[in-house]
Amino acid sequence: MATEITAPPYRVIPIIPAIKPGAMEGLKPFVANDKIQEALGFPGGLVEDWKDRAIAKMGDLLKKYRSLKVYLDACVHCGACSDKCHYFIGTQDPKNMPVARQDLMRSVYRRYFTLPGKLFPKLVGARELTKEVLDEWYSYYHQCSECRRCSVFCPYGIDTAEITMAAREILDSVGYGQKYSNEIIGKVNTIGNNLGLPGPALEDTLAGLEEDVKEDTGIDVRFPLDVKGAEVLLITPSADFFAEPHIDSLIGYAKVFHAAGISWTLSSMSSEAGNFGLFIGNYEQMRKIALRIRQAALELGVKRIVVGECGHAWRVAYSFWNTLTGIGDGAEDRFALQLQKQLDQRYRQPAHICELTWDLIEKQAITLDPEANDNLIVTFHDSCNVARGSRMGEMAGGQFEIPRSIIRAAANHFVDMSDATTREKTFCCGGGGGLLTDDLMDLRVKGALPRMEALKEVADRDGVNFMATICAICKTQFSKVLPYYGFNMRMVGGVHQLVSNAIRLGDKE
Amino acid sequence: MLFAALFYVAGITLAGGLVYRISDYLRTPAPLKIPTTPAPTTSGGVVLRMTREVLLFESLFKGSLWTWAFAVLFHGGLALVLMRHLRYFTQPVWSWVDLAQPFGIYAGFVMAIGLVGLWGRRFLVDRIRYISTPSDHLMLALLLMIALSGLSMKFLDHTDIIGVKAFFLGLEHFDPQPLPASPLLYLHLSLVATLMIIFPFSKLLHAPGVFFSPSRNQPDNPREHRHLSSWAAKLESES
Ligand code: HEM
Ligand code: SF4
Ligand code: SF4
Repeated sequence: MATEITAPPYRVIPIIPAIKPGAMEGLKPFVANDKIQEALGFPGGLVEDWKDRAIAKMGDLLKKYRSLKVYLDACVHCGACSDKCHYFIGTQDPKNMPVARQDLMRSVYRRYFTLPGKLFPKLVGARELTKEVLDEWYSYYHQCSECRRCSVFCPYGIDTAEITMAAREILDSVGYGQKYSNEIIGKVNTIGNNLGLPGPALEDTLAGLEEDVKEDTGIDVRFPLDVKGAEVLLITPSADFFAEPHIDSLIGYAKVFHAAGISWTLSSMSSEAGNFGLFIGNYEQMRKIALRIRQAALELGVKRIVVGECGHAWRVAYSFWNTLTGIGDGAEDRFALQLQKQLDQRYRQPAHICELTWDLIEKQAITLDPEANDNLIVTFHDSCNVARGSRMGEMAGGQFEIPRSIIRAAANHFVDMSDATTREKTFCCGGGGGLLTDDLMDLRVKGALPRMEALKEVADRDGVNFMATICAICKTQFSKVLPYYGFNMRMVGGVHQLVSNAIRLGDKE
Repeated sequence: MLFAALFYVAGITLAGGLVYRISDYLRTPAPLKIPTTPAPTTSGGVVLRMTREVLLFESLFKGSLWTWAFAVLFHGGLALVLMRHLRYFTQPVWSWVDLAQPFGIYAGFVMAIGLVGLWGRRFLVDRIRYISTPSDHLMLALLLMIALSGLSMKFLDHTDIIGVKAFFLGLEHFDPQPLPASPLLYLHLSLVATLMIIFPFSKLLHAPGVFFSPSRNQPDNPREHRHLSSWAAKLESES
């Protein structure tokens, strides 16, 4: 039970836990109902011929994704990845070892798609796709946050996230989808954001924020919505509009735009950076969600597209938008060409809000007073999708340096957590990849263990009392799980929350 | 004569199987940019990254030092042994093969030590015991038996190497020659032929596979260059 979980002992030498078979067996997030499923074009419930359809879908994906095919073939069972997953470390369930998670699908692949698996299933660990196996897929492919940590250590770069996505795609195609992710995708498609916050409510919220900031600082910082001809379209996770501590970062972005004198706008039609199409591994849904953003950019006539603090959103924006919608260079359809003409090519398109802020700091177009954060000793949690699925700036690894540079400019006290848990080796917060739902709370608390241990170390040694991050999921997840480990839930916040505290607003002529 | 036929079959299976697999990998598109970042931003950088993976097992080094050490012993030993074996297939023997000769002799032991280490992990480490299938054990057993039968021919019961070479040169010229009679040699060669035959159907596909892994072979430049697969381009024209 989640409520019985307490802070685990602080391990001086991190010992790899012994396996506890079956520890998380049968864990099952809520299954999507027919309404949710059908809205995305998936069957409403488990179809009768699910087995044939699942195998056919798998064959289809094997033709479409080289990653899936090579990864299923190439694994040598060396075990280098076996102790790298936060869900394995936290639950000790051997099926949460990345290689074992892959094997849940690999065993079926071998049985139906390879010669040895057809001839000698026992020998090569091949098995039939039975209902038990399908249920096991549903369970364990929803105990993976698609964080890619395993792929860092695998000699062939095998990325379990790719297998998890394929599995979820197969499950959706036979009518066995996950409620949380699929419901959210439905909301983006109909309302424009993950929270289902309609335009008028958004307008109210933003007006309220303007008042709050005025009260706080005495300055008219604007939160514009649907302003045609603005320079920047800001695409940010919808949690930024109302959740704590997310909202403080939104205030930070607004102050940066204000101080630098850049006109900007949000869009009510496309008020979501998050793209859960990634989580369910569905190219069409991912593309559909991304196309809303292109449409908003075209309608509003903006010159730049900037993405707020959201990990997987930045992966999709940075790595996939150009492919999906032609936002960068090279696309040839009418809308993409129009967009390329419209966007100011002197800037990176799309840009991360941290890239924008850091450029302004370097050019001294904005000024920060780090003393404003002197009550904080800050550390930085690298979010997995930013760290291992994207980049910022010109150099490989800019995604690590730029946020840290901003923090150093905004605060005087900064300490990094242990090397084994930061940068490319960072641990997932435990709530990514479509698992940020209450029905998986037990898993979420356990999966946060490695990050909490690293935080404990710097909290005890250096007095760290603030963990900055640039991901809406990380913020929500940590707010929820920090108390289980004896920390204050307000200890987590955005990088732009620090900027918000430190930025000088008055001195712009 | 039986062995001549066996080696033709094994050779064709190995070559045909690998050509089929590789062309299959080549045909299958990678629709999205998924390099594990931080990744090189240029194709030159990708070549370097891949070279480090293949020659130094860079990622494995980060992942598990023990496994890395045994893996390097085994693969390094294997590479030298294979080089040394080229002398049985070439006439005149290439000069660099002669250079590898002195190391090649001991490489067999190195390879065997690596294999024993790798195998030991499959019994001693509970996580790896859990993921091991019978075929994982058999693969190591097969390789170890190849190494040991080879070493015994070298150090225990010398085989007529001239005869072996004549046999293989004969195969190359489609003029089969008799194989010297020696039980150890028969054992060694049947095992090698078995390995060749299962290669394209097994996890040994990691050798070609590593070069096709999108998380390792893609440059990180999605903003600068549009990456579009053929099936995704079709979606584009539909909407
Ligand atoms: C491009 C060439 C190759 C590369 C980069 C490569 C790399 C690797 C790596 C990194 C491992 C994982 C570590 C380990 O368990 O040893 C491995 C395992 C293995 N390799 Fe290779 N390899 C190559 C070629 C070969 C060849 C030609 C063979 C055999 C004929 C081979 C046989 C094996 C076996 C049997 C294992 C599994 C060992 C175990 O069960 O623990 N490899 N390889
Ligand atoms: S992608 Fe992350 S969550 Fe999934 S198996 Fe790998 S390490 Fe675990
Ligand atoms: S590290 Fe890679 S090859 Fe080794 S067991 Fe894990 S997925 Fe397989």
